[in-house]
Amino acid sequence: MLEIKNLHASVLDIDDSEILKGIDLKVNKGEVHAIMGPNGSGKSTLANVLMGRFDYVVGDGDILVDGKSILALRPDQRAHLGMFLAFQYPAEIPGVRPWQFLKAALDSKAEANGEDKMTVRNFSKLFDEKVEAVGINPNLVKRSLNEGFSGGEKKRNEMLQLEVLQPTLAILDETDSGLDVDALRIVAEGVNSMRSPDRSFIVVTHYQRLLNYITPDVVHILVKGKIVKTGGPELALEVEKDGYKQYLSEVGANA
Amino acid sequence: MTLATLPAAVDKYSEAYEAVAGTREGSPEWLATARRRAWQTFSELGIPVKRRGNELWKYTDLRPLADVDFEFGAVGPVTRDEIKATAPWDDAWDTVVVVDGKFKSDLSNLHQTPGLSAGSLDEAIYSGAGDIEKQLASLAGQEKYAFTALNTAFLDDGAYVAIADNTELSEPVHVVFVTSKLPANRAIYPRLLVDAGSNTSSVIIETHVNLADSAQLSLPVVEIFAASSATVRHYRVQMENEQSYHLGTTRVHQLDDSNFTSTTFAVGAAIARNDIHTQLDAPGANCTLHGLYMTSGKQQQDQEISTTHAKPQCTSNQFYKGILSGKSHAVFSGKVVVERDAQKSDATQKDLNLLLSRGAEIDAKPSLEIYADDVTASHGATAGHVDRDTLFYLQSRGVDEEAAKAILIRGFAEEMLDEFKPAALYEFVERITDERIPVLLAESDALGTA
Repeated sequence: MLEIKNLHASVLDIDDSEILKGIDLKVNKGEVHAIMGPNGSGKSTLANVLMGRFDYVVGDGDILVDGKSILALRPDQRAHLGMFLAFQYPAEIPGVRPWQFLKAALDSKAEANGEDKMTVRNFSKLFDEKVEAVGINPNLVKRSLNEGFSGGEKKRNEMLQLEVLQPTLAILDETDSGLDVDALRIVAEGVNSMRSPDRSFIVVTHYQRLLNYITPDVVHILVKGKIVKTGGPELALEVEKDGYKQYLSEVGANA
Repeated sequence: MTLATLPAAVDKYSEAYEAVAGTREGSPEWLATARRRAWQTFSELGIPVKRRGNELWKYTDLRPLADVDFEFGAVGPVTRDEIKATAPWDDAWDTVVVVDGKFKSDLSNLHQTPGLSAGSLDEAIYSGAGDIEKQLASLAGQEKYAFTALNTAFLDDGAYVAIADNTELSEPVHVVFVTSKLPANRAIYPRLLVDAGSNTSSVIIETHVNLADSAQLSLPVVEIFAASSATVRHYRVQMENEQSYHLGTTRVHQLDDSNFTSTTFAVGAAIARNDIHTQLDAPGANCTLHGLYMTSGKQQQDQEISTTHAKPQCTSNQFYKGILSGKSHAVFSGKVVVERDAQKSDATQKDLNLLLSRGAEIDAKPSLEIYADDVTASHGATAGHVDRDTLFYLQSRGVDEEAAKAILIRGFAEEMLDEFKPAALYEFVERITDERIPVLLAESDALGTA
């Protein structure tokens, strides 16, 4: 599904700003990978680089989806391949209704893949179902996208988009930040209900607590732009207990 | 006196003025006097081409307009279908059609609505309707302003709308000013007088459409009187062609507990100005002035918005939004004057702009002049670009950059579009906006994203 090879990335137009310093990672179909790391480790950068954010330049290495490099693809083209990024801080977009925005997103995808666009009637039905499934306040989605939404509502709205767009590779960028336990559970339920043999997840998180609700297949510890340890779900529990200190000192010498 | 200090372009209008002056012998004396005075004012002022030291025209160069010889007087043929194709239309509305300044009963669509008299200004003048002698040219035409003076100097017809006391109109009154497709460059002086009686409720839609392909000069003057407890919902839609000049003046007089709300939709003309002033002349009067302007190419679009709080306990609210692309230029000049006696006034001013290209320019100048001490007032103006984070957010969902920008521009406009309440009017401004966005985008560049 996804293969990251020796990925190096830095911030656009800033010298010596390399954040990702050679990442290797392979995510198979149906797997859930957690990427954990302290602040400044490059977790969010990795999530954004995967989705093709323009503020970063890939210096070396490659990102392959189903065996093909996606480095030359724009973010919208990556979305058409089935990639999805749930944002840590989803943008507030005044005047744009979630309904309208998601219809445009689905239409673009259909168009890019040479499929028929969904009729307004069918889309409405799908949308209403998903609104109910995600448990988002129906009045909220009639308003401007994310405008005036609470932190929890924004994340729930990200889950709504995930449900509607049905990606094959979903990247969750610190979706748990700023959420209370109830909201956390909702996000986790959203992810769990969508787990399937055809869909992979990358869950980027600082804390272990989200992983109480989403059990990953693989856990990676990312420190200073490198994956320093890979293991099973038990690795997350170790971090919970001991923190990132031991990993920081490991890379300290060559960072 | 050097040549440069002479009033500009007066001679271009004087021949026409002399010519029509001779044909108006039946006019009531008060009107003849108003016309003569107005001509006197214009001939002293001329076209305001001088920008240095001239606050009103500091950012707007009228020399292209001053150079054109505009003819006066011809009224061209127009059909109902042409109007329906270019202006908002709803059969349920009382519609008054004015072509090249002249009222057209055959094109109008009037329903004998109780409490409403709507039709020819000329007829209203000669029949001495209502308070017309006191009202007409009392708000506009006395002031030292070249374009209202010019309109008043040539005044003989237009539209008249009067709403009798205690009338609640259930449907809008639509006044359509049409510039016919005659090819010559012409000066047109649309005129509208609205007399909203006390305890009335009305919706007035004012639309300007232009069927010509050549440069026309339109100098509309609208005077609106809102009596005690009158609620007037006014809309102004400006759809000139892109060679034309449109310098419109709206003057509003408000009595106690009256509510006046005006929403402007301005997309047309080479150079356009929407000059609106509301006089809050009795306690408890409220006004809300807002609008949306979109410019592309080398268009210039000015909003010259002012409110005077003359009496206590009035509120005013100015809020405009602009979307600019290409090498276009817009001006927002918002002014609120709170006079010494106008205690407990509440005034807000806001102008938000979305600049899509490096060449687009906005001059925003909100200002407050406050002479009372117990006042709540705020003002602000911003000019921004399409936000890159937001753009990435939309793109990450599969929408390409162009479509994402279109969604964001539309989202920016939506708040103002929502103000256009009558369904047929909303559909119209929505359609024009949707047609306009690709034009704006075609002239946008990377600098319009930040």
